[in-house]
Amino acid sequence: MSSHAYVAEIATDRDGNEHVVQGWQDDMYGAKLGFWLFMFTEVLMFGAMFMTLTYYMMLHEADFVHASASLNRYLGGFNTVVLLISALTMGLGLLKMRHGDIKGAKTMIWATIVLAFLFLGVKGVEWSLEYSHGVFLGLDALQPGNEHSKPFGQILFFGMYFTMTGIHGVHILGGIGIMLWLLKRINSGKVTPEHHILHFNIALYWDLVHLIWVFVFPFYYMMGAGTEMDTATLSSTIEAISHLGGSNEHH
Amino acid sequence: MSKSYLDLDQTHCAIGHPKTAFWQWMLTVDHKRIGLMYAAVIFTFFFVAVATAFAMRLELFAPGAQFMDGDTFNQAFTLHGVIMIFLFIIPGVPAVFGNIVMPLMIGAKDVSFPRLNWFTFWLYITGALVALSSLWSGEGFADTGWTFYAPYSLTTNTNVITTLVAAFILGMASILTGLNFLVTIHRLRAPGMDFFKMPLFVWGIYATAWIQLLATPVIGITLVLAILEKYFGIGIFDPSKGGDPVLFEHLFWIYSHPAVYLMILPAFGIMSEIIPTFSRREVFGYRTIALSSASIAGIGYLVWGHHLYTSGMADTAKVIFSFLTFFVAIPTGIKFYDWVFTMYKGKIILTTPMLWALGTIITFTIGGLTGVTIAMVGVDIHLQDTYYTVAHFHYAMLGGVVFLLFAGLHYWFPLMFGRMYNEGHAKFAFYLNFIGFNVLWFPMFIAGYYGMPRRYFDYLPEFEIYHQISFVGAVIFITGLITMFYVLIRAIKNGEKVGPNHWNATTLEWHLPTSPPPLENHTKVPYVDFMPYEYHHGQPVVKFDYETMKRID
Repeated sequence: MSSHAYVAEIATDRDGNEHVVQGWQDDMYGAKLGFWLFMFTEVLMFGAMFMTLTYYMMLHEADFVHASASLNRYLGGFNTVVLLISALTMGLGLLKMRHGDIKGAKTMIWATIVLAFLFLGVKGVEWSLEYSHGVFLGLDALQPGNEHSKPFGQILFFGMYFTMTGIHGVHILGGIGIMLWLLKRINSGKVTPEHHILHFNIALYWDLVHLIWVFVFPFYYMMGAGTEMDTATLSSTIEAISHLGGSNEHH
Repeated sequence: MSKSYLDLDQTHCAIGHPKTAFWQWMLTVDHKRIGLMYAAVIFTFFFVAVATAFAMRLELFAPGAQFMDGDTFNQAFTLHGVIMIFLFIIPGVPAVFGNIVMPLMIGAKDVSFPRLNWFTFWLYITGALVALSSLWSGEGFADTGWTFYAPYSLTTNTNVITTLVAAFILGMASILTGLNFLVTIHRLRAPGMDFFKMPLFVWGIYATAWIQLLATPVIGITLVLAILEKYFGIGIFDPSKGGDPVLFEHLFWIYSHPAVYLMILPAFGIMSEIIPTFSRREVFGYRTIALSSASIAGIGYLVWGHHLYTSGMADTAKVIFSFLTFFVAIPTGIKFYDWVFTMYKGKIILTTPMLWALGTIITFTIGGLTGVTIAMVGVDIHLQDTYYTVAHFHYAMLGGVVFLLFAGLHYWFPLMFGRMYNEGHAKFAFYLNFIGFNVLWFPMFIAGYYGMPRRYFDYLPEFEIYHQISFVGAVIFITGLITMFYVLIRAIKNGEKVGPNHWNATTLEWHLPTSPPPLENHTKVPYVDFMPYEYHHGQPVVKFDYETMKRID
C-alpha cells in the first residue's frame, strides 16, 4: 500500500545490538489500546447512570417495579434480539475482513446498519406508545403537583429510562455514522485486510453498545415482569401499535 | 540544518499542505506547536480570571457594596472559578508541557495520535468559546459557583446550560488528552526506557492521564444529567420530583476531587525535574516519587466525601472519608522529603526555575498541611465554606500547581524558544509574586478561622483589615505576574540565543540537535540504558553525539 510506506527506525545500543523503534505510525496495538481506553470512559459514563438508577431503586422499589411493569417487554425483547444479531453480523464482518473477503465484510457491515436502523425504529415505536399513554419527558405525568402526576419513584424511573435509552440511542446513531464512514474507507482502499484497525475498533464499539443494552434491558424491562401489574401481552402490543398507526392517520 | 519547529513549513498538518504560516499553525499536528498554542490560550484566560478576581478584591476592599451588586458578584466568582478550573488549571500542565516536553523526554517523534491531538486542541477552543458565549447571551453568566450545585443551578435563570455544555466539551478534550498521553507513554518510549527509567515528569503525566480518563466521564455524565434536568425535567437532582441534590454533589466530587490531583501531579513532576537539575545531584528516592504519584492518583479516588461533611451524609461515611483523606498526605509527604533530600549536599544553583520550585515547597507545604486540618470532620464543620478553605485551596492550587507551572515555564523556556530571558528581571518578578501571594492569601486563613464566609460580597466590619491586607497583596501579586510575563514575552523576540542544553540537564529533551528543536525532534532515537538524572561531581554523566544520538561519555 503506497500510503503505508513508513519504515521503522532502528536504535543501536552500546553493544551494537539493534532495537526497532515503535513510531506512532503503523501502531495497530497502540490504536487498539487507545480504543479500549476510550471504552473505559463509556463504561464509566453508563456506570454512573446505573449507579444513580440503583440508588433510586433502593429508595422506591415498589414504584420502580410498577413503572417497569408498564414498559413493553415484547418490543424491548425484540430489540434485544435485534442488537444481539447485529453484534453477530458485526463480528462476522470483521472475521471476513481478516480473511480477505472484503465483499463479504461490506455485506455484513450493511446488515449491521440495517439492524441498527430497525432497532431505532422499534425504539421510536415504543417511545410513541409511551407518549400516547401520556408518559414522556415534560408531560404532566412526569411533573410534580398536578392531577396526572405519578409518584416520585415512577417519575425518577421514567426520567432515567428516557435518559438512558436516549443516550444509548445516540450511541446507536453514532455507530451507524461510523459504520458508513468505515464503508467509505473500505471503498477507497484505506481499510484493507492488512490494515483493518478501524474496522476492529468499530466492532469493539458496537460490542460495547450492545452490551450496555444487555444491562439496560433487564434493569428497565424485566424488573416488573410477572407481577400482577404486568399487562404486556403480544396481542395487546399488536393492538397498541395498530392503534398508534391509526391515530397517526387521524392527524 | 538549523531549521526549528517554529519556522515556516516545519510542521505536518492535519488537513492538506497549507502554504501560509497562519494555516500551518491552525492545522498543525506537531506536539510542540500544539503545546505552545495551548500556552497562549491558557495564559490569556488566566489573565481574564485574574482580572475578575481583582474586581472582586476591589469590591471587598470595604464592607457594603462599592461598585458591584450581589448578583454580579455571584457571576464574578463563578466566572473566575469556571475559567480558572476548566479553562486554565485542568488543561494547564498536561496540555502545555505534557504536549511540548513529554514526547521529547521519552524520545518520541510525536504523541501516539497527532491528529487527535490537533482535534483535541480545537475541541478545547470550542468549549472555551461556548463558555464565553454565555457572558453575552441570555440572562448572563451562571451565578452558581463553578460547582453548579443542585437544586439552585436548576432553578436560576442565568445561563447555566451553556456553561454546563462548555464544561462537558472541555471534559471531552481532557479525556482525549489523557488517552493520547497514556497510549504515547505505553507505546512510544525509546527502546531501553522501561517505566522506571522515565523522567519523573512523565510519571506525573502518566498518573494524571489515568485520572483524566477514569474520572472525567463521571462529571461528563453528571453535567449531561443536569442539562437534561434543566431542559426536560428528568427529575434526577430535583427534590420536587423526588430527586436527590446530594447525589449531584457526590457525582460532582467523584470527579472534581481527583481533579485536584490531576492538576497537582504533573506539577509535582515539574518539581522533580527542576530539583535534581539545579542540585546537580541524582534525585533522591526515584522510585518512591514515581510510585507516590501513582498512589496519590489511586487514593484520590476514595476521598471525595470530604467535600460533603456538611451536606448530609452518614457519620460512618464521614469518618471513613476523613480517614482516607489523611492518607493522601503520606505519598505527598514522601515526595517533599525526597526533594529536600535531593538538595541535601547537592550543588544548588539558584536559577529562576529553582527559585520558583523552592518557593513552592513553602507555599504548597502550607496549602497541604492546612488541607490535613480541614480533612478532620470536626474542624471542617467549623471551617467549611470559610476563607480558611479558600486560602487552603489557593495555597495548594495557585501556590502549588500554578507556581510550578511558572517554574516549568522558566525551566523549559530556552528549550521552547531557543532564547533566554533576563534572569535578574525574572528573579525580581518571582520575589514580587512570592511576597504578593503570601500577603494576599495568608490573612484569609485568619479571617476564615474567625468566621468570614466565602462567596459573600459583603462582610462585618471586623473583617475589614484582612480584606485590606489581601488587597495590598493582590496588587503586589498582579504586578509580579505582569512583570513575569513581560520579561518572558520580551525574551521570545529579543532574548539571548542559547544552545540546546542551557541548564546542563540530563533528560532527553535537552539532547536535541538544534535549539529550538527541529520538527521531528531527535535526529535519531537513542537507546536508553541510563537513569534520567545521572550526575557525577555536578556534571551530567550521559553525553550524546546529537547527530547520531549515540552515547559518547
